Amino acid sequence: MVEQTLKAEAKNLNFYYGDVHALKNINIPIKRRKVTALIGPSGCGKTTFLRCFNRMHDLYPHNRYEGEITLYPDNVNIISRDVDPIEIRMWISMVFQKPNPFPKSIYENVAYGPRVRGIKKKQIIDERVEKSLRGAALWDEVKDRLHNLAFDLSGGQQQRLCIARSLATEPRILLFDEPTSALDPTATSKIEELIVELKNEVTILIVTHNMQQAARVSDDTAFMYLGELVEFDRTDKIFTNPSNGLTEEYITGRFG
Amino acid sequence: MTDIKKRIAISKFWNNSFWVAGLLSTFAGLVLLFALFTDLFLDGAPRISYKFFTSFPSRFPEEAGILSAWIGTTLVMLVTAMAAIPLGIAAGIYLEEYARKNWITNIIEINITNLAGVPSIIYGLLALGLFVYFFEFGESILTGGLALALLILPMVIMATREAIRAIPNSIREASFALGATKWQTIKDHIIPYSTGGILTGIIIGLSRAIGETAPIITVGALTFIAFLPTSPVSAEFPFVSFKWLFDPFTVMPIQMFNWVSRPQKEFHINAAAAGIELLAMTLLMIGIAIYIRYNFRKKIKW
Ligand SMILES: Nc1ncnc2c1ncn2[C@@H]1O[C@H](COP(=O)(O)OP(=O)(O)O)[C@@H](O)[C@H]1O
Ligand SMILES: [Mg+2]
Repeated sequence: MVEQTLKAEAKNLNFYYGDVHALKNINIPIKRRKVTALIGPSGCGKTTFLRCFNRMHDLYPHNRYEGEITLYPDNVNIISRDVDPIEIRMWISMVFQKPNPFPKSIYENVAYGPRVRGIKKKQIIDERVEKSLRGAALWDEVKDRLHNLAFDLSGGQQQRLCIARSLATEPRILLFDEPTSALDPTATSKIEELIVELKNEVTILIVTHNMQQAARVSDDTAFMYLGELVEFDRTDKIFTNPSNGLTEEYITGRFG
Repeated sequence: MTDIKKRIAISKFWNNSFWVAGLLSTFAGLVLLFALFTDLFLDGAPRISYKFFTSFPSRFPEEAGILSAWIGTTLVMLVTAMAAIPLGIAAGIYLEEYARKNWITNIIEINITNLAGVPSIIYGLLALGLFVYFFEFGESILTGGLALALLILPMVIMATREAIRAIPNSIREASFALGATKWQTIKDHIIPYSTGGILTGIIIGLSRAIGETAPIITVGALTFIAFLPTSPVSAEFPFVSFKWLFDPFTVMPIQMFNWVSRPQKEFHINAAAAGIELLAMTLLMIGIAIYIRYNFRKKIKW
């Protein structure tokens, strides 16, 4: 069955910021334990699309979804009004463009997701914290100073801490919104390696304006333009032999 | 070349002039404050003794003390804090985190800002009508405390809102993205991260309230009182009592005013001594708040 290899699928997805029609009839399948990249020029709707997956738009008034994002294998429509956004965020976590750790200790940052899920036993939380920090390739750097403030870490470390914080919620899908745009090249390549590593455990959706990054880390790529999906295909196909002229122009750097 | 040098020299001259002017202004303030304190201390310090704290007011200046006044002030401030802090913080959180931004919240916002500037005696009149006549709390500690709570409520609300507004939205989004509810986000992030700013507002409010006389006189505090309110704790069941809330009272500034308005010089010395006491109480309050804030900052750096 197709559904078994799919983790989620956007079907005829439309999104409105009040009167602004930001996403137009988007259809994208998200494969299980693969990395799907969203590329396209600034303002084309990548972030908007990504934030539909964990219902972040529900935090602000006048936002409206239409269509469907089906989550497999449960067959739940993520954006349905009958589905509680809190429940969706329990399953689908997000790493933001700028590292945004809480002004608390490293440990407390990672422990927050489990705590929100009602886990109280220190031993279990300790284990989760270690596992998540290892998962985010940060454990060795911070294991001796777990109770120091997260703000004392470098930018790249802070972003990996944010990844660990998301991993600690054991998400089914992990969303990344240009996670390296605020980082230097070394920190960037560390995070790219990490993303490739992580797809063994979790389905990943990543927005990037860096095409090399999309080519390096992703299995599938979606190219968006002006709120529409122009082309979706396997990453190697998109970057070597795109079927749409617009895609080709974009990846060869002729616009965007 | 010389033109640029000249220009820089002129800029530097103004820079230095301003530096000197700023320094002088700061010193003027400091010197004045220092002179006031010294004067108060020289006048009042010799009068401060254990007996001064444990005696009721009296017709004889050397026997008069501030027992009823400092206990009254402490209890009134307790009521003020108990009422204004939770109400002010809750209102601030509601306005920032829950209320939709529309014309109704705009009007509320403008009104709260203006309320902070209303003369304190107006709050006294309001409290007289509301608490004394309508709710029939009497001319009591409860009424006095609530009158002062009304007075500082806008300050606590505004401080809470400012502190909350300083928290970047990315922190809220981080919390929600991990599956936290609105209340969890507020309790685990918004409140802890804004505690420093809220405490500052509370300190400013309480320091203003502790010196207020007008609203307290308006609600009918006594100027001469030779007994204490009912003790809040007792040896018999149920051990705690709230009867003190309804007892008559006086406060430090009223006691001071009472003494200053007497002709005898000895009473003026009593007033200065009470002034030192009042300053000490204010500093103690500020000290406690700074201590709490310091402890918060150790865990959370903002
Ligand atoms: N809160 C908002 N209200 C109204 N329009 C918005 C809002 N956020 C984004 N937009 C608009 O939606 C479009 C897509 O934005 P976005 O998803 O942020 O693009 P991208 O992430 O691809 O740069 C843009 O035209 C942008 O101006
Ligand atoms: Mg974006």
